[in-house]
Amino acid sequence: MVEEAASPYRILIAKPGLDGHDRGAKVIVRALRDAGFEVIYTGIRQTPEMIARAALQEDVDAVGLSLLSGAHMTLFPRIAAILKEEGLGDILIFGGGIIPDEDFPLLRKKGIDRVFGPGTSLRSIVDYLKEALASRKKAADGNKKTRKAQEGAKAAK
Amino acid sequence: MNDVRQLARRVEGGDLSAVARAISFVVDERPGSEELASELYRRSSSVHKVGLAGPPGSGKSTLTGRLISYWRGQGLKVGVLAVDPSSPVSGGAFLGDRLRIQDHAGDPGVYIRSLATRGRVGGLTPTIFGAIHVLEAAGFQKIIVETVGIGQDEVEVAHAADTVLYVVTPGLGDEIQALKAGIMEIGDIFVVNKADLQGKDKAVADLRRALAIGAEASPADGWAAPVLATSALTGEGIAALGEMIERHRDHLDSSGQRSRRLKDQLRAEVSLYLARRISRSVEKRLTERHLSALVERKTDPVTLGQELLEARGAA
Ligand code: B12
Ligand SMILES: Nc1nc2c(ncn2[C@@H]2O[C@H](COP(=O)(O)OP(=O)(O)O)[C@@H](O)[C@H]2O)c(=O)[nH]1
Ligand SMILES: [Mg+2]
Repeated sequence: MVEEAASPYRILIAKPGLDGHDRGAKVIVRALRDAGFEVIYTGIRQTPEMIARAALQEDVDAVGLSLLSGAHMTLFPRIAAILKEEGLGDILIFGGGIIPDEDFPLLRKKGIDRVFGPGTSLRSIVDYLKEALASRKKAADGNKKTRKAQEGAKAAK
Repeated sequence: MNDVRQLARRVEGGDLSAVARAISFVVDERPGSEELASELYRRSSSVHKVGLAGPPGSGKSTLTGRLISYWRGQGLKVGVLAVDPSSPVSGGAFLGDRLRIQDHAGDPGVYIRSLATRGRVGGLTPTIFGAIHVLEAAGFQKIIVETVGIGQDEVEVAHAADTVLYVVTPGLGDEIQALKAGIMEIGDIFVVNKADLQGKDKAVADLRRALAIGAEASPADGWAAPVLATSALTGEGIAALGEMIERHRDHLDSSGQRSRRLKDQLRAEVSLYLARRISRSVEKRLTERHLSALVERKTDPVTLGQELLEARGAA
């Protein structure tokens, strides 16, 4: 088999909501590109359905949501729910913007792995993403192996 | 491998999440991707592929959005592959075409995929052909390939598309006359986009004049590349462009050019595959010891290269 350097992770950066605060999203897009990710940016004013569709068609590993308008508690969980409905539950969801600390626990419960506020260093976002994706990949590979092993055991019986 | 077959069947059923997964398989060259590619290729047929080339910012992505609407209006399913460059430094990429191709988000008859060049010059990704075959197998009736528009490199799009649109803007002015020879030859239709801006007529005239000077004035294949003005912003000229694309396709059919082009494309695909496989397998034989021998001038790169090539198959 061909042994190859792993392909770059693909990330969708999306801006839900009706506001035009896109500076943060663009900063993140650049930082991730410069850190070796392939980044697709949807642009502003995306509905949860549009974001899910883009994630599906682009076959991304993660979706990063940017929201400064205050609507994160409705929009973020909605996006997570649609992704799950579409069978995309294993995509990592993270985000950032103006999001008060006290909202973190509930967002996490709803499937948003982590959020980053103003002033976060780009370095720490990049490090987080690399680690989170690597550990997911490991877990997924592990699952596949156990499944195969189980199937093998069944077949042997 | 059962999983691969299953994925292939889902692609053929037009399942967009399977299409997305299959393209990843092929462009990442994951285990099973070759089996998938051959499954899909043998069971599908070729589709009219329209390539868009031209400098960055000329409006290729916006125009792509317009062409999608035009063909959707005729009930055709449209697949899009939009290619942007990878950073040679980080290996990452900003894939921004999707940003300009909006309004089709909820339409199951449209599939858009952004791809990075991943270190390949020439405006196309190494595995673009595989991605095209996935779209063919999924039943798309028009395929659009948008390439990075950087200079001479983009002539490669001619190896992947049946009808090549070359997109410029009025602002380019005198530069049009200096268009590189290769580009003048690959364009089947020249588009002066942003016709809503000043200078459209001059740009069209300049382009026509430039085309009249070259060999394209009396083309061997009987198709003199036309120049059309469009505005992807207002929609002006889009229907005329759509009709011209069909005219070119009819010309390919009636002149017998279509199968010749298809063979050119397949030759490019096979030779790309061979180059990758051979260099990969032969390079594996290159050891530190070989390199030291070269440094010491005990052998030379050509002789060593020949020896490594001949040892192929043996190991
Ligand atoms: C610049 C700005 C604007 C600019 C936006 C320009 C643009 N194209 O982005 C303009 C002037 C247009 C604007 C307009 C408005 N604004 Co304003 N604006 C700001 C301001 C001052 C800074 C935002 C910014 O660009 N920061 C710089 C970027 C780089 O930082 P960032 O976005 O926070 O991103 C960082 C992190 O949050 C994180 N991050 C962000 N996104 C993501 C995504 C991912 C995936 C990850 C991992 C991380 C991440 O990483 C980034 C780097 O550290 C903020 C106040 C503030 N201090 O944040 C208000 C603010 C966001 N605006 C606000 C408001 C109310 C408005 C207006 C409605 C005002 C009005 N009444 O007209 C309008 C809305 C207009 C519209 N249609 O959208 C409020 C929002 C209130 C709320 N959340 O409840 C704020 C918080 C000001 C305030 N304190 O009231 N605004
Ligand atoms: N005025 C005008 N602007 C256009 C037109 N088509 C595209 N644009 C704008 O030109 C910029 C680049 O367009 P894009 O489609 O991304 O170009 P690409 O790099 O060739 O794909 C965007 O800001 C578009 O909105 C047009 O016909 N007229
Ligand atoms: Mg583009």
